[in-house]
Amino acid sequence: MGDLKLMKGNEALSEAMIRAGCDAYFGYPITPQSEVLEYLAREASARTGMVVLQAESEVAAINMIYGAAGAGRRVMTTSSSPGISLMQEGLSYIASAELPCLLANVVRGGPGLGTIQPSQADYFQSVKGGGHGDYKLIVLAPSSVQEMVDFVKLGFELGEKYRNPVMILTDGAIGQMMEKVVLFEQMPRKTEFPDWATTGKKPGKDRNYITSLHIQSEKMEEINLRLQAKYKEIEKNEIRYQTVNLEDAEYVFTGFGLVARICIKAMEMARAKGYKVGVIRPITVFPFPTQVYADVAPQLKGILDVEMNAGQMVEDVRLSVNGATKVEFYGRMGGMIPSPEEILENFERIYIKGETK
Amino acid sequence: MSERTYVDIEAELTDQPINFDEDICLAENVVYIKPQTLIDVPMHYCPGCGHSTAHKILMEVVDEMGIQEEIIGVAPVGCSVFAYHYMNVDMQEAAHGRACAVATGIKRIMPEKYVFTYQGDGDLAAIGTAETVHAANRGENILVVFINNGIYGMTSGQMAPTTLPGMVTTTSPYGRDVKTQGYPLYISNLLANLPGVAYVSRHSVHTPNNVRKAKKSIAKALEYQKQGLGFCMVEIVTNCPSNWKMTPKQSNQFVEEKMIPFYPLGDIKVPEGK
Ligand SMILES: Cc1ncc(C[n+]2csc(CCOP(=O)(O)OP(=O)(O)O)c2C)c(N)n1
Ligand code: SF4
Ligand SMILES: [Mg+2]
Repeated sequence: MGDLKLMKGNEALSEAMIRAGCDAYFGYPITPQSEVLEYLAREASARTGMVVLQAESEVAAINMIYGAAGAGRRVMTTSSSPGISLMQEGLSYIASAELPCLLANVVRGGPGLGTIQPSQADYFQSVKGGGHGDYKLIVLAPSSVQEMVDFVKLGFELGEKYRNPVMILTDGAIGQMMEKVVLFEQMPRKTEFPDWATTGKKPGKDRNYITSLHIQSEKMEEINLRLQAKYKEIEKNEIRYQTVNLEDAEYVFTGFGLVARICIKAMEMARAKGYKVGVIRPITVFPFPTQVYADVAPQLKGILDVEMNAGQMVEDVRLSVNGATKVEFYGRMGGMIPSPEEILENFERIYIKGETK
Repeated sequence: MSERTYVDIEAELTDQPINFDEDICLAENVVYIKPQTLIDVPMHYCPGCGHSTAHKILMEVVDEMGIQEEIIGVAPVGCSVFAYHYMNVDMQEAAHGRACAVATGIKRIMPEKYVFTYQGDGDLAAIGTAETVHAANRGENILVVFINNGIYGMTSGQMAPTTLPGMVTTTSPYGRDVKTQGYPLYISNLLANLPGVAYVSRHSVHTPNNVRKAKKSIAKALEYQKQGLGFCMVEIVTNCPSNWKMTPKQSNQFVEEKMIPFYPLGDIKVPEGK
């Protein structure tokens, strides 16, 4: 059994990083996730010898990640929206060179410098590529402090399994709030590294080089096809989601991360009023749990998608049901969090009273 | 005795034709072997380009130090983007300008290994200035081989941060006007001021004598890395015959007559007591 602790989301994530045997963290301070670098600077190297380095920018941090990941190490960085934007070039290179690594985006409201309050406005950037070229991150969306811990371990495993960058897409509220968590036991750091890693040429073997450059179009297309095949494989094997009360549901509330918890509360309130509502929460937002929406759609009168943005995941929900049921959206932006009452009110406005705005 | 210039050597070579049929092929007359760590493939560099010589001396040093299995290189974006096709050591290809950050990531988790970057002037001193300065300032224990050809070679001849005043490039078609286009950046001198920097030395590869000195400097830098002295940079002032629109010979003359007076060769900073 692991330890039971009361922890802030960001600190729980940092603790999980140390316990997962992470080899190196490179990051740059930004609210609302600066606790990560602070916690690691305090705790990590004394406990596991993990490298913790404050980079001069997020651009540098993600390229340090590239270097250390290229040497086959378990590496992680964290940031919040503006910083993640700066990492997009590096992420594209990492995805192309197929280097495993883990990052967390503790999302804040944008665009621009925006606000330090929680948001989900980086959904498109996270699940649709973000940088240049056709690539995907594996994206995990925790909705509790416990999942901030669990997804660090899962994230490292998925990254290494598929040689792909993995993102924990969370937000300022989960990063900052305190909850009870069960921490897994300390894992040893790796002592053996993959045979593709650049750790110094091995005697009698060809050198290793890490690159994303393939000047011949035929070769670059081949690389692209391989990447796409890998993403298909990930879609086949790694979809994770949570459903509540779908059996008799006539309506579904759906949302990811923090909003999913609020949707569950709103669903309970709706049920108390006699509305048959269920909830779908994608846990992986790439790969997106398309089938669960498609399967339930025929029994529904409608879906209410709720997000802390102007409507991003709702596009994937609409694609999933492909017209089989109505999909409406309710969102708050700029750091505002929707309340369960608000969700219920908007559900009634749209689906019961049939009003549009 | 004064140093022989490139022009002198050219003259001597044409005066004394080599006898290919006889002595040059005899085993006992071998005076030079290609470095084993340089992969035996045709290089994509233009004829006369300094990149190939710089690659060669770097790999000669790796050979001579016997560290092929203990060194990891980082290639830049620039004409030398394919350095990993020529250097038979583990390598990573960095995004444009980010080599020093990538090298930091590698070195920090494997401090016992040798790590070098190989970067052009645009890569190192324009888009990657921040990564270069901060790696230097942290005293990252790495070697940076800095190829200063005063131009963006790979993208066909645009102005670089190191382009000489008045020098014509495709984006300074009337000659670099320092009033509007800024001054050439003495990045090596700038870095030498930082306490984390152990060794900065400027060289060229346009004559055999200079090649030898440049090679010695690279060897020194790797020796300092072994001793953990900190950030070392060897700048190589060199040519880009294609984009300078010169023959190789003219370009080497330009290196000697124009580049070197502007970027004087020699040590800029040496570790204390060395
Ligand atoms: C982000 C980004 N911007 C621009 C480029 C285009 N680019 C490729 S190489 C290069 C300049 C290289 O010049 P330098 O570093 O001096 O190397 P050289 O080719 O002269 O050896 C540029 C601007 C790029 N690849 N990536
Ligand atoms: S373009 Fe210039 S720097 Fe590039 S290979 Fe040709 S001569 Fe060398
Ligand atoms: Mg150049």
